[in-house]
Amino acid sequence: MAVPDVAVAQVDEGFWTRTRKIGAVLVALGVIATVLFGALATDRSARFTLSETEGGAALEINGTLGAILFGVVAAAAGAALMAGVPKRWFTALLGVGLVAFVLSFLCWQVSAAPEGRNFMPLVNMVRGTFVLALPLIFGALAGVLCERSGVVNVAIEGQLLMGAFSGALFGSISGSVWVGLVAAAIGGALISLLLAVFAIRYLVDQVVMGIVLNLLAVGVTGFLYERLMQPDAARYNSAPRFSSWEIPLLSDIPVVGPALFRANIFLYLGLLLVLVIHIALYRTRWGLRTRSVGEHPTAADTLGVKVLRLRYRNVLLAGVVAGIGGASYTLALYSFTKNMIGGKGFIALAALIFGRWSPTGALLAALFFGFADQLGTYLGAIGSSIPSQFLAMLPYLATMLAVAGLVGKVRAPAASGKPYVKG
Amino acid sequence: MSKVNVASLPAEEAATAPKQPEPEPRPSLGRLFLDNLWAANTVTVTVLAVVLAMLVGAVLIIVSDPDVLGTYGYLTSRPSDALNASWTVVSEAYANLFKGAVFDPEASGFTAALTPISETLTYTAPLVFTGLSVALAFRGGMFNIGAQGQATVGVVLAALAGFLLPLPPVLHLIVALVAGALGGALWGFIPGILKARTGAHEVINTIMLNYVGLYFLSWVIVQDGVQNTTRADAISKPVESSAQLPRLLGDNLRVHAGILLAVLATWLVAWLLNRSTFGFELRAVGANPAAARTAGISVPKTYVLMMAIAGLLAGLGGSQMVLGSTANALTPLVIAQIGFDGILVALLGRVKPWGVLLAALLFGALQAGGNRMQSYSGISLELVTVLQALIVIFIAAPALVKAIFQLRAARAARLQTSLAKGW
Repeated sequence: MAVPDVAVAQVDEGFWTRTRKIGAVLVALGVIATVLFGALATDRSARFTLSETEGGAALEINGTLGAILFGVVAAAAGAALMAGVPKRWFTALLGVGLVAFVLSFLCWQVSAAPEGRNFMPLVNMVRGTFVLALPLIFGALAGVLCERSGVVNVAIEGQLLMGAFSGALFGSISGSVWVGLVAAAIGGALISLLLAVFAIRYLVDQVVMGIVLNLLAVGVTGFLYERLMQPDAARYNSAPRFSSWEIPLLSDIPVVGPALFRANIFLYLGLLLVLVIHIALYRTRWGLRTRSVGEHPTAADTLGVKVLRLRYRNVLLAGVVAGIGGASYTLALYSFTKNMIGGKGFIALAALIFGRWSPTGALLAALFFGFADQLGTYLGAIGSSIPSQFLAMLPYLATMLAVAGLVGKVRAPAASGKPYVKG
Repeated sequence: MSKVNVASLPAEEAATAPKQPEPEPRPSLGRLFLDNLWAANTVTVTVLAVVLAMLVGAVLIIVSDPDVLGTYGYLTSRPSDALNASWTVVSEAYANLFKGAVFDPEASGFTAALTPISETLTYTAPLVFTGLSVALAFRGGMFNIGAQGQATVGVVLAALAGFLLPLPPVLHLIVALVAGALGGALWGFIPGILKARTGAHEVINTIMLNYVGLYFLSWVIVQDGVQNTTRADAISKPVESSAQLPRLLGDNLRVHAGILLAVLATWLVAWLLNRSTFGFELRAVGANPAAARTAGISVPKTYVLMMAIAGLLAGLGGSQMVLGSTANALTPLVIAQIGFDGILVALLGRVKPWGVLLAALLFGALQAGGNRMQSYSGISLELVTVLQALIVIFIAAPALVKAIFQLRAARAARLQTSLAKGW
């Protein structure tokens, strides 16, 4: 029997329940927002335009007023949590409080920006958030597929990278985006195959294997990039790109329409995959089996589920998903460069954990991380005093807080990381 | 253990009926040697893993060379062309690897003859520290993926101490090393205390801290008083010569005192693990935390102390990247990937201190040889990453190497480096 690493005793929490502690933190944040952001904000208006430019319709609020107002809202939400509201309101109140805090922050930043730049184009923000979140969504979904069936996937980075590389290489050689897409899926699956064979067949520690596979992917793609793509980029590294598809009607919705429904295939595919995997995981026989194999493989085996075969299949599927995610770079945005994923695979892992191993949670976490990323870019553009590096740290710090149990409970599938040996 | 040890039953029966064992004829020395050679012991598997990795590397060299690949077009009509071309390109590449790492027979003069060894030792020194860091934590049952982040914070503090403090020569070096060690120790302490207090898994937290450290580094570099004002790119001021590790063989050879510190550290860690009370507690916690707790060992305290020491070692390794001879100023890529390589080194060294030293020597040699291979044969340095990852993959799955070469199982089942555990 496995012994839990550290026994976390259930202590009587007394007055300071977790809800109250989080409420107190929220109150503190609200007070900081009200006082600090309120004082630093200027009297100019903060404009949130509904377009890509300064012009057009806009939501407008006086900087100081907005910072104070939203700060008070955040503090009020925290106070409500401390007062002991019913449990079902917890998520809603926490969400309201955090959003109000961010809005207060934005009122300060936008109003304090130099004259002529104190507006925020919401279309750009939403679009940027989704573009930056896209590889995270695919990566985190790959993680969900693996870990729900009991295989830790630290190799997301390598799968994305391999997908991006083979998408670029075979897309360039064949001149067809679709060939590139299939090649990307196969590339991701190749890394997955190694992970599966070594983790399932040879019982190598899955975290070890994931780390090594990441290095292998960096090495192989970097080597072939320098030997093939760099000397002859026209032939090997000029993949065709998917064009944007506009969805009629939906693309006319303000802000969301131009940002989301005039995108390329990858965004639609990513959102569709979240839906499909969510339904498949919780509503189909495959999903029930996957989850049972991830939680208690012995029990599943007793009931006739082929544990190892299911794990092989899910890990390969994860590679396909992550490979396509990698192609969302090389078949839509950029040409391949060495190590172009640059740690996105690990943020995807963070999104998976932050989203508590569920497809929808992973989507929300990926969007949150994407927003933090986009915000950093935006603040850099308006010459903010907040260093972008600290915003870039945000996803990682948020994940650490989540794992430490400070923001909600995080629990991995019970059998994740444990090889299954029959008998 | 829930399984009944079936194998022990016949042994007990045998014990009840004592039988005089047949005196086996003493095998000859040569026979013993051959037996040992073909048994899957540590040395054999390591050597074969290196051979296998180099074979895969050779394939990569061949398929990425358009000229050589061209000769395979008419393989059936004139196979000697293809074989000769392949042999030439591969043998030349590996010859340069050897000449760059060990000895160049064409070199004339003292300095030229010693250059390869000097280069190898220069690359070895930091890897020993990060490898020891990972190995130490591994023995205590924790997987320290954070050596990269710990080395990053270590290098930042060491560099800051190196150019901000006006101190006399020897003292300055000591202060800079201590600063680097403390920075690493802090970065190791955080996941340790989080694991001890909340049960948060160290794999997740160390991965996250790697990136937090990386962004901290990129933020520090561009601060006033740190950034080199004479340069446009992101680079810090250079470390003063009073804080640099002395070179061992004159100014023309890069080998520095770091390698001596590395041997010292190996000896200290070996002593700590095998001879000290803390080492015993650490190994006990690593083998079975529940049993260790029952025996009166404070498991949380051991976790915290163990991670702090692991971080300290990685911090020292990182410090050498600016205090040694590879660089003397902070850049975003100053520590390369010595932290991730440290994981490979620890696994290759079978998580034993002296094994780590030897493994680091091999990796240092590959790195030094790879540099020459890149400049003389035009084979990308990334091939070294591929070789390193492949070697560790083959090491991590001894069953695979055994299957390929049909080795017999060695008596000592020390091959399995993996510690299977989940999040």
